[in-house]
Formats: sequence, structure tokens, C-alpha cells
Amino acid sequence: MNFDNETYKITDSKNTGILLIIVGVSVTILSAIGYFSNSAQFFMSYLVAWIFWVSIGLGALFFVMLNHLTGAVWSLVLRRINESVMIALPFMAILFVPLIFGLHDMYHWTHAEDVANDAILSQKTGYLNVPFFLVRSAIYFIAWFLIAYKLYKTSITQDNNPTPDQIKAMRRVSGPGMVVFALTTSFAGFDWLMSLDAHWYSTIFGVYFFSGGLLSSLALLVLIALYLRKKNILNEMITIEHYHDMAKLMFAFTIFWGYMAFSQYFLIWYANSPEETIWYLHRWEGNWKILSMTLVFGHFVIPFIGLMTRTAKRNLVWLTIISIWLIIMHWIDLYWIAMPTYAHHGFHLSWMDLSLLIGIGSVFIGIFWKFTSASAIVPVNDAALTQSIGFSNN
Amino acid sequence: MANKKIEGIIAEFKNPAELIRAAEKLRDSEYTKFDCHSPFPIHGMDRAMGEKRSPLGWIVGIVAFLGLGAGVTLEWWTSTIDYPLVISGKPFFSYQAYGPVAFAVMVLSSAFVALAGMLILNKLPKFNHPVFHSDRFGKVTDDAFFVSIEANDPHFDQKKTIEFLKTLGGQHVELLETDEKNE
Repeated sequence: MNFDNETYKITDSKNTGILLIIVGVSVTILSAIGYFSNSAQFFMSYLVAWIFWVSIGLGALFFVMLNHLTGAVWSLVLRRINESVMIALPFMAILFVPLIFGLHDMYHWTHAEDVANDAILSQKTGYLNVPFFLVRSAIYFIAWFLIAYKLYKTSITQDNNPTPDQIKAMRRVSGPGMVVFALTTSFAGFDWLMSLDAHWYSTIFGVYFFSGGLLSSLALLVLIALYLRKKNILNEMITIEHYHDMAKLMFAFTIFWGYMAFSQYFLIWYANSPEETIWYLHRWEGNWKILSMTLVFGHFVIPFIGLMTRTAKRNLVWLTIISIWLIIMHWIDLYWIAMPTYAHHGFHLSWMDLSLLIGIGSVFIGIFWKFTSASAIVPVNDAALTQSIGFSNN
Repeated sequence: MANKKIEGIIAEFKNPAELIRAAEKLRDSEYTKFDCHSPFPIHGMDRAMGEKRSPLGWIVGIVAFLGLGAGVTLEWWTSTIDYPLVISGKPFFSYQAYGPVAFAVMVLSSAFVALAGMLILNKLPKFNHPVFHSDRFGKVTDDAFFVSIEANDPHFDQKKTIEFLKTLGGQHVELLETDEKNE
């Protein structure tokens, strides 16, 4: 990989992005073979894989806005990488299209007859009906596209023609953008994941969905930075101090995820009302119990202790391991949320779970790479860039 | 009669950059018992002075786990041994319910230890200090930057240290003396 130190552009990987997208689309299409043998399994695997990458894109969108709102300087060297992940999010709307044909396979509330005979679901038809569901999904993606596009475009303009107004403009977008983001992400979680089990409801679910996505997005950011470092790119700009701060945030959002997961579980356990506890009961059945325990320890206890000390946060080998670990845990988390509605008595991994995760992931990373190689990989003309490079924790 | 006892030396510096440079030089000359005083925190000062990391984090961390254990023990003892009470049909030992209280005891004990540990490690409260014998030192809360070196530093030598501080750019170098009452 060639890197131009004058313009901060990667010069010879123009086709890698396209290649990844082609590979990803091919793998996804090949996975559709599974549709003919087991359509429900295909759509459920697709949903989990798709939401996994969407949630990572959402995490990046949040992180970019957060840094604009707080006026953070330390993270400036990472901004462009994040922006490239963020701008891949609206493209995931295209990959939503196959899911439209699987609504009947995935969502019980789309079965008109069952709903008519169901006292609870028949009350919910005003919200849970197919046209409104699709309209809402479209609204989410339009909102995310508008915010991400405006932020990305302003940031790229700043590279070529910096004026003090650009940073102001990005901050102005981020304020209302954050409010829109909170509402859309929450409802996206309710619609795409929580409504799989339409009897069940949890008001904190949207935040829970968001926290896992943000955590994985931070882990992916660390991995991308470490990958560039391995290729001797940006290793004087993204210093150990920046990794230390990213690790601090991963630590914080590990706790945040644990807090959300526990809050949701705790209130349901305490109130002990059957329509709520059934959701956890399903996840305590058969080998789902193993995944439940894996989440408690793997998604919370291990990264919590593993990222606690300063030494751990500044050890790049350890950060690589723990980042990969957190990303795997996030996938297990989503699988554990979605799949029990399809496989009641225990999980059995399908080849489609893996192939679709890789397929959609390859498209996502391909789009990311396309944007990364199209511009400088740091905001070269931001006034605070030098300050960000020299940032130190003490 | 009162004898003067030398407690240390204080020197004034023009700006934070000079203060940092002086601290680095003192650190490199292996002075250990010196301190820097400024009206505001200066980034990079800990490293310039060669300060070790405070052990407070570890102390608080260990106490946090002890606090967590204490919280769980309290809840286990009250709800299973001392006063068992059936609450909405749940088992006496319901670890889920212990979460919030155990967490709160953990936070409370760590907060207390963090505060007390900070005071003890900083040798606070302290009612007087030799630097207050310098009349100029009052400016430290306004616009002046000082280095003070204690007389019990192994490298302390009245003449040499004064000269050294002057070469570093120190102004108004003063001896800090206290009155020692003789019988």
C-alpha cells in the first residue's frame, strides 16, 4: 500500500474498495441459495448480519457528532476514519431491500390472521403494520443520510478550501443531529429487533441497541488505526496517547452496555410479570443459556477487567485482541436478541449466519475503503490538527 | 536568641515554558525534593518533574472490590440469616436484587478512600510551609511561577543550588529560613 505523505492519501488501493464490494455482493447472492432450502433461516441470518453492520455505522455517526459537539481536539486525527465508516451507513439502506421480502418470515405481527385473533397484537396494528414499518425504516435512513452527508461533505470541503465557518457548520448540524439520531436509533431498534417478539416491550431497548453498536464501532476504529499503523501509515499522528483514549472510551462503553443490559434485566426480573419475563425465559432455554452467560462474562466482565488498568489500555497487542473480542461479542449479542424468535429451544449456527456476516461486512468495509482512499485520511486543513497530534494524557 | 534554620530555596520564573524547562533540568540533575508552583495546572509538568504515577488508583481499586464484597455480605446476611423475608416469591438469596446496593457501597467506599487517600498521599492538611516565608510567593495565585527546593534534598548545596537556579533563569532566588528557638 502506497501512502503519499504530502497529501495524506492512500494512492494505490483505488480498486480494493470496489473489489471488496463485488466480493461482498457475490457472497451475499450465493448465500441466497440458502433461501430455497430454509427461507426463515436465511432472512434471520441476513437481519442479524445487516443490523450488525448498521449498528457499527450508527456508532461512527454518533462518535463524529459527539466530537463536534464537545469540540474534542484529541480525536481529530481519527475524524476522517470515522467519517468514512459513518458515510457507509446510508448505503446499507440498499441492503435493506431483500429484508422487505422476508417480513412475513421474520415478523409475526405481519400475519394478519394471527394478529386478528391475538388480543395484544390487534391493539398494536396502528403502529405495527407493514406500510408504516417501511415508511419508518425509510425515514431513519433518510435522516441518517442527511446528517452523514452534510457532515462528510463539509469535512471534505475543509480539506481543499478551509474557512472557519466549516467547523461551525458541522457543530450546528451535530446539535439537532444528535436529537434526531437518538430518536431514530431508538425506534430503529424497536422496529427491526424488538418487534421480532411483538408481545414483548422494553423502553430501554433502543439505548441497549445503541450502546452495543457504539462499543463495536470504537473497537473497529481501533482496529482500522492499528491496521494503518502496521502499514506505517499515520503512526506518527495516531500516537499511543490516542489509543489510550480510545481504550478509555471502550472501557466506559463496556460499562455503559453492562449498565443498560442490567437495567433492562433487573426491572423485568423484579416486576416478574409474565409478558415481560418470557423474553428472558426464551433466552434461558436449551443452549441459549450458554450464550446468555457468554454475554454476561464476555461482553461485560472480561473487557471490564481487561481494560481497567492503564498498562492494558496502552498495550497495542492487547488492544487488538480485546477489540476483536468486543466485536465478536456484539455479534453474539445481536444474534442472542434476534434468533430465539426463530429457534425457540436452542441455537444451531447456520452457514448463512457466517456467510452473510462476511458478505454484508465486505460490502460495508468496501464502501468504507472507497471513501477512505478517495480523500486524505486525516482532516489535513483543520486548524486544531497539530494540537491533536501532540495531545498527551499527562 | 533565635537561630535561623535553612529550609530550602525558592526561585521565580517568568512563564510556564521556563518553569517546565527548569523542572526538566532539575529532574536531570537528580534533584528529587523540589516542587513547582503555578497559578494553573501546566500540561506535561508531571513528566517534566519526573513524577511517578500515584498509587491512589490501585488503592481505590482494591477498596472498591472490598466494598463490593462488603455490600453483598451485608445483603446476604440481612436477607438470609438475620431477617429472612419472602418478597414476591423470590429466593432469600436473590443476587440480582443485590446489584444496586452492592454497587452503591462500592462507589461510596471508593469515594471516601479516594478523598482520604489523596489527602494522606499529599500530606494534607498542612497548616504551614516554608515557602510562605517568601513575600513574593503570594503572587503564585496570580501571575508568578516558582520552583522550590527543600534543604533535605541529597543534592542540596546552598551556594551551588542558588547558582544553578540562576543559570536556569530563576529570578529573585531566596533562601527560605525559619526561626529556631534555642534554650
